[in-house]
Amino acid sequence: MGKILMKGNEAIGEAGIRAGCLNYFAYPITPQSEVAEYLSHRMPEVGGVFLQGESEVAVGYMIFGAAACGERVFTTSSSPGISLMSEAISYIAGAQCPAVFVNIMRGGPGLGGILPSQADYFQATKGGGHGDYRLLVMAPASVQEAVEMVMMAFPLAEKYRNPVMILGDGLIGQMMEPVEFPENLKSEPSKKDDWATNGMDTRKSKKRNLVKSLFLDPVKLNENNLILKEKYERMKREEVRFEPYNTDSDYRILIVSYGTMSRVCRTAIDNLKAEGIDVGMIRPQTLFPFPEDAVFQAASKKSCGMALSIEMSMGQMVEDVERCVHGKCPVKWYGKCGGEVPTPEEIMDVVRSNLS
Amino acid sequence: MGKTFKRPEALSEMDSHYCPGCTHGVAHRLVAEVIDELGIGGRTVGIAPVGCAVLAYNYFTFDFQEAAHGRAPAMATGIKRVRPDLVVFTYQGDGDLASIGMGEIIHAANRGEKFTTVFINNAVYGMTGGQMAPTTMPGQRTTTSPFGRDVKDVGMPIKVSELLASLQTPAYITRQSVIKPKYIVKAKKAIKTAFEYQIEGRCFSFVELVSTCPTNWGLTPVEAVKWAEETLIPYYSLGEFKNPGKAEGGSDAK
Ligand SMILES: Cc1ncc(C[n+]2csc(CCOP(=O)(O)OP(=O)(O)O)c2C)c(N)n1
Ligand code: SF4
Ligand SMILES: [Mg+2]
Repeated sequence: MGKILMKGNEAIGEAGIRAGCLNYFAYPITPQSEVAEYLSHRMPEVGGVFLQGESEVAVGYMIFGAAACGERVFTTSSSPGISLMSEAISYIAGAQCPAVFVNIMRGGPGLGGILPSQADYFQATKGGGHGDYRLLVMAPASVQEAVEMVMMAFPLAEKYRNPVMILGDGLIGQMMEPVEFPENLKSEPSKKDDWATNGMDTRKSKKRNLVKSLFLDPVKLNENNLILKEKYERMKREEVRFEPYNTDSDYRILIVSYGTMSRVCRTAIDNLKAEGIDVGMIRPQTLFPFPEDAVFQAASKKSCGMALSIEMSMGQMVEDVERCVHGKCPVKWYGKCGGEVPTPEEIMDVVRSNLS
Repeated sequence: MGKTFKRPEALSEMDSHYCPGCTHGVAHRLVAEVIDELGIGGRTVGIAPVGCAVLAYNYFTFDFQEAAHGRAPAMATGIKRVRPDLVVFTYQGDGDLASIGMGEIIHAANRGEKFTTVFINNAVYGMTGGQMAPTTMPGQRTTTSPFGRDVKDVGMPIKVSELLASLQTPAYITRQSVIKPKYIVKAKKAIKTAFEYQIEGRCFSFVELVSTCPTNWGLTPVEAVKWAEETLIPYYSLGEFKNPGKAEGGSDAK
């Protein structure tokens, strides 16, 4: 199949279907309501399930109920909606069910604004809901990458029996780009007999299954948390994804940036190169697991005198960058978080001012 | 003569953690008997609430999910939408359903979701130690209404069955009780009808059960039954508030 021009939000909805997920529940919120609008006619066409829930709280649990039956299911929302879903996300992680959540971030806190933002980095990577859980978080920098990440998210959620989050910003949802839906990213749902609550009759063993996150016995709860921890450690070993840019050069500054922001940084890096200034970049594609080693190695390069975390937030990812740079060089933050995307010129100025 | 009173297959052998005189156990048994009689254990998924019945899954022998506080109807919606062939019920207390989960139950009922809810109204938060519920009676003392529920301050107790019956979407809504044998017989019939409507794909079905919580009412089991009969039942009147009417094809609905 060739490329077609699609708006990010619609492409994300279609990617769910192409990944083999025919169940979608959601509640409208800007800047991602087009996903629900698109799937409201597309799901019936393919014999799938579309339901507009009464709130993101309810949608979170519709996802949980469906996921607990072992059916592929996903939802999309934006920041305030994800806050409301966070209770369910914690339960889903605790009960070890696979599900896919897409957050097309807008500015916060509170009602914030409706323009692009990356201010939910902490929420996505460090919790959001209560308890010791993590999400596998992928951050697309283009519509094409959003499609691929959505398609990859379902088998990953099943591999770990854990929620996966696609963390995009408003621009990813709103912009139009040519996309294709890679055939090789289609996948079959994995086996679920030993855990899913889809009726005892479906299982040869006839043993009943329970989906729960309650462990009143402290030893059992600790055990469950150790199982989760082992999965998160395995993610760190097997799922780290990142893209280096201009890291073969003798850069004096290393940028760490993701999503839409990293595209602006890339333009700035190209322009600076024309001026004779080399800047390297690590673009995390997974935010959890974070490319810890890649950032450390890149910051350890002899030529590198500083790492800059550039993000559309008031400084969230910078804490991970600092952690990974491990004192190899100073770490600074630059960003904006009102809905404006910093321009290449701004980034170039920041780089120049840090070189002088 | 063979055994006439035996444990339903759908009920596990585990001893329950419920207090003496608590009617949660009776309600469990009725649900289990109905599931046996309908022969649906192999395709049933129950949803446990957060409340004293949080461990309900230990007392049944079929698939179970455990919800967050109040969210069971949303989970049931998720299951029924993706697996309409499964039989799904939520089992919820009055704090769970009528307070924190009021939004979820109203919208599930209004969408006409094809699952069944068993609603245990014991006029108090049992599990957390007897705080006021939306169903606590005027003047009833609880640990958070130590001078009795003041309706001028917190309003009147909510009649959930009547509230749900006011929705325009077809549904089966009934209030029964499990405090005495004479009520229990009718309650079981209602639970069976509710599951039958679900299996036929007819409508949302809801059985409220006026229940006891002797522990948090500060009464003996016998006193609790008396109080429920004299105070709760006159306010929470028993009976059918709504049924889906004639079935398609013209035959009379029950
Ligand atoms: C989000 C959340 N808030 C509060 C609680 C604490 N909590 C547990 S059970 C309960 C009340 C249960 O009362 P009810 O639903 O009437 O059930 P009963 O115990 O009376 O059967 C509360 C408030 C909780 N577990 N989760
Ligand atoms: S506290 Fe009340 S509702 Fe809970 S088990 Fe005891 S009697 Fe039953
Ligand atoms: Mg109660």
